[in-house]
Amino acid sequence: MAVSPELAPWAEFFGLPVPEQESEPEQERKRGVFGRLREKLTAPRQAISPQLAGIYAPKLVDEDTWADLEEALILADCGMPATEDLIETLQQATREGRIVGGEGLAKELWQEVARKIAPAPARIPLDGEPTVILVIGVNGSGKTTTIGKLASRLASLDQKVVIGAADTFRAAAIDQLQIWADRSGAQLVRQGPGSDPGAVTYDAVAAGKARGADVVIVDTAGRLQTQKNLMEELRKVASVARKLDPSAPHEILLVLDATTGQNGISQAKLFNEVAPLTGVVLTKLDGIAKGGIVLAITKELGVPVKLAGVGEGIDDLQPFDPTAFAKAIFAPE
Amino acid sequence: MFDTLSDKLQGVFAGLRGRGKLSAADIDKAMRAIRMSLLEADVSLPVVKQLTDAIKARSTGAEVMQSLTPDQQVVKIVNEELAALMGGTAARMPIASKPPTVILMAGLQGSGKTTFCAKLAFQMRKEGRAPLLVACDLQRPAAMDQLQVLGTQIDVPVWREDSKDPVKVAENGVREAKRTARDVVIVDTAGRLTIDEDMMGQLIAVKGAIDPTAVVLVLDAMTGQTAVDVASAFQKAVQFDGVVLTKLDGDARGGAALSVRAVTGKPILFVGTGEKVDALEQFHPDRMAQRILGMGDVLSLIERASETVDKESVEGLGKRLRSGGAFTLDDMLEQMKQIRKMGPLSGILGMIPGLSQMKKLKDADIDERQMDRVEAIILSMTSQERRKPDVLNGSRRKRIAQGSGTSVQEVNQLLNQFKQMQKLMKSFGKGGKLPPGFGNLN
Repeated sequence: MAVSPELAPWAEFFGLPVPEQESEPEQERKRGVFGRLREKLTAPRQAISPQLAGIYAPKLVDEDTWADLEEALILADCGMPATEDLIETLQQATREGRIVGGEGLAKELWQEVARKIAPAPARIPLDGEPTVILVIGVNGSGKTTTIGKLASRLASLDQKVVIGAADTFRAAAIDQLQIWADRSGAQLVRQGPGSDPGAVTYDAVAAGKARGADVVIVDTAGRLQTQKNLMEELRKVASVARKLDPSAPHEILLVLDATTGQNGISQAKLFNEVAPLTGVVLTKLDGIAKGGIVLAITKELGVPVKLAGVGEGIDDLQPFDPTAFAKAIFAPE
Repeated sequence: MFDTLSDKLQGVFAGLRGRGKLSAADIDKAMRAIRMSLLEADVSLPVVKQLTDAIKARSTGAEVMQSLTPDQQVVKIVNEELAALMGGTAARMPIASKPPTVILMAGLQGSGKTTFCAKLAFQMRKEGRAPLLVACDLQRPAAMDQLQVLGTQIDVPVWREDSKDPVKVAENGVREAKRTARDVVIVDTAGRLTIDEDMMGQLIAVKGAIDPTAVVLVLDAMTGQTAVDVASAFQKAVQFDGVVLTKLDGDARGGAALSVRAVTGKPILFVGTGEKVDALEQFHPDRMAQRILGMGDVLSLIERASETVDKESVEGLGKRLRSGGAFTLDDMLEQMKQIRKMGPLSGILGMIPGLSQMKKLKDADIDERQMDRVEAIILSMTSQERRKPDVLNGSRRKRIAQGSGTSVQEVNQLLNQFKQMQKLMKSFGKGGKLPPGFGNLN
C-alpha cells in the first residue's frame, strides 16, 4: 500500500502502527507543517518584532535584552503573567551562569517555551471502543474544518470514523460537515437543523458502537464562553456521551484561533469548567498570528496543545510539535 | 476575570491620600498598572506606549497631584484618552448617492463575515432599503448555503452561482441588483490570511471589478496583538472604509478596536453582539473605552432601566415627594418591583462599576430572597397600614408576620429600614434633588 510519508507522525500520534513509507526525500518530510510555518514567518517576522534581532545578537545579556524579550512575548500574545513568568525563569538561568549571550538565551527560550506548552509529545491514543472525541470552542475558531481534516487523516490510516453533527444551530453547519465527511469517507450522523445536540451526540456514539467504528468525532456549535445556557448545553452533550460509555468522551479538544488575544484564557477556563479539556487545537497559525496565548493557557490550566493548523489545505493540520513551534515563533534565521 | 484598572490603581494609590504629592515612583507604578490593564484588554503594544506617554504627561499635572482621589483622577484621564483615540462620535455606513450602494466584506477566516452580512442586510431592510446578498465565498464548504439560509430567514434575496471565480460572481451579483432595482448590494467573501498573496490578489480583483461604495473589515473582538497587522495588511490591499467588531457579547475587552482605529484611522461602524440577525449595534467610543478598562457598563444599565422602568410611576413619585408628600410602604414596594423588572439582581450589580468584580456578591442569592420576604411582608399589610405605618402595634405586627410567613423581628427590621428611607426621602424632597433612580432616568 502506498502511504504518504506525512502519515508517519500521525500514526505515532494516534498510537497506531507506523505505515510503511515510500522512499521520499527525508528533507521533504522533515519540513512538515512547522517548516512551512517558518517559511511563512520569515518575511513578516522581521517587520513585526525587530525586538527579536536584539535578543539574538551575540552580545552579553543585559537590561535591554529583557525589555526586548518582554515586548516580543507580549506581541506574540503570551500575556503579562506568562511573560513575566518566562522572563523570571530565564533571568534565574542567567544568574546561575547558564545563559551568557544571545545564543544561549535563544536556546533556553525555545526549550522553556516548549516545556511549558507541552511537557510530553502530544498524543491521542485510540483506546476507546470507539474513541469519542468532542470538539468545542467559540464561534469561528475552526472546529468544523479541524474535524474534516482529522477525519481525513484517520481514514487514511484505515480507521473507521463516524462524525456527529451536533452543531445544529449555525446555518448550513451540517452541510459543511457533510462535504467534509464525503471527502474523507467518514459516516455522518445528522438530524435536522435546530434539533437537540445531546440527541445527535447520543445517536453518533450509538452508531459508532453499532457499526464498529474506531473513532467518533462530535462537532458542536460555536459558543462564547459567557453564554450560560449554551455552556450548560455543552455540559449536557459531554454527559450524554458518557451514558453509552462511562469513559467517553475520551478527548475533549478546545479549538482556539491563534489570533486570539488574552480572551483565550477566559475561553479555556470557562470551557474547562463545563467540559474538562484534554487538549487544545491551535488553528490559523499563519505568519501573522503567533499563538502565544497557549503559553498563558498552559500556565493557567496545564492543558497541552495537541494539534496545530496553519492553513486550509488538508496537510495543514499536524500533531503539535512544541519545540518546532517555539523555534518557529522565536528563532532567528 | 481580570482586576479592573480601578482596583489596580486603588492598590497603587492606597495610603497616598493626604500625603499631598505623588512621587515619580508612584507615577511609574501607576503607569505600569495602566500598561498591564491595556495589554490584558489586547490593546496593541505600540498603541499602549503612545497612550501611557500621553497619560503620564497629564497625570503629573495638578489635577491629579492635588486630588483627594488620585486613583479616580487617573482612571478618568485614561478613559478620556481612550475615547479620544477611538474617535469622538459614532460613524455611519456610507451610502452611495446613486444606487446601488455596494458593500464589500474583508476579513480573516472565522471573523464573522457571513453572519455580519445577514445582520447588515436585515438592518438595511428595516431602514426601508432593498438589499441583495451576494455569495462570493467559494472556498469554505457550504458557505453559500449558510448565506442562503440566513437570507431566507430575513427575507432578503441571495445571488449565488456555481462558479470558481468570485470576481465573476460579484460582477453578476451587482448586475442582478441593478436589473432588479435592489439599492444595496452586500458582497460576502471568503476568509483569507493576509499573507496569502493569491487570496489577497483575488480580493483586490473583486474590489476592482465592482468598485464598492465601502469596503468593510470584519474583525473578531477577541483578536490579540495581531489585530494591527491584520488591519494594516487589509488596509494596504483594499483600503477599507470602516471596521465591524464581532463577537462582542462575550467577555472580550475588545482592545483590538482601539488598536485598529489608532493605526488605520478608520472608524468602527458596528459591533456584533450575538448570533441572532438583529444583534447588531452602533459603536459607541465612550462605552468601548469603559469596557477596555473593565469599568462596568453604566450606560447599558441606564438604557435598560429606561426601557423597563415605568417612567410615569417613578416620575409621579418624584413629583409627589418634591411637593412635600410622604414616602409610603406602597412606594417602597413599587420601587422594588421596578428594580426587579430589570432582571436578576446579580446581573444588575454586574453592570455597576467596581461591583462587577465582586464574584462573591454576584453568586450570593440572598438579596433576591430578601426582596421576596420584604414584598411578602408589605403585601400582608392593609392599605391603611401601608400608608400610615405608625398604626402598626404589636398585635398587627404579629398578624403580618404570620401572614407573610416571616417573624416579628423581620417585620420590625423592615419598618426600621423604611423609616430611614422615609427620612432620606424627606431631605431629598426638600432639596428638590432626588437620588439616582428617582426621575431623570434619561
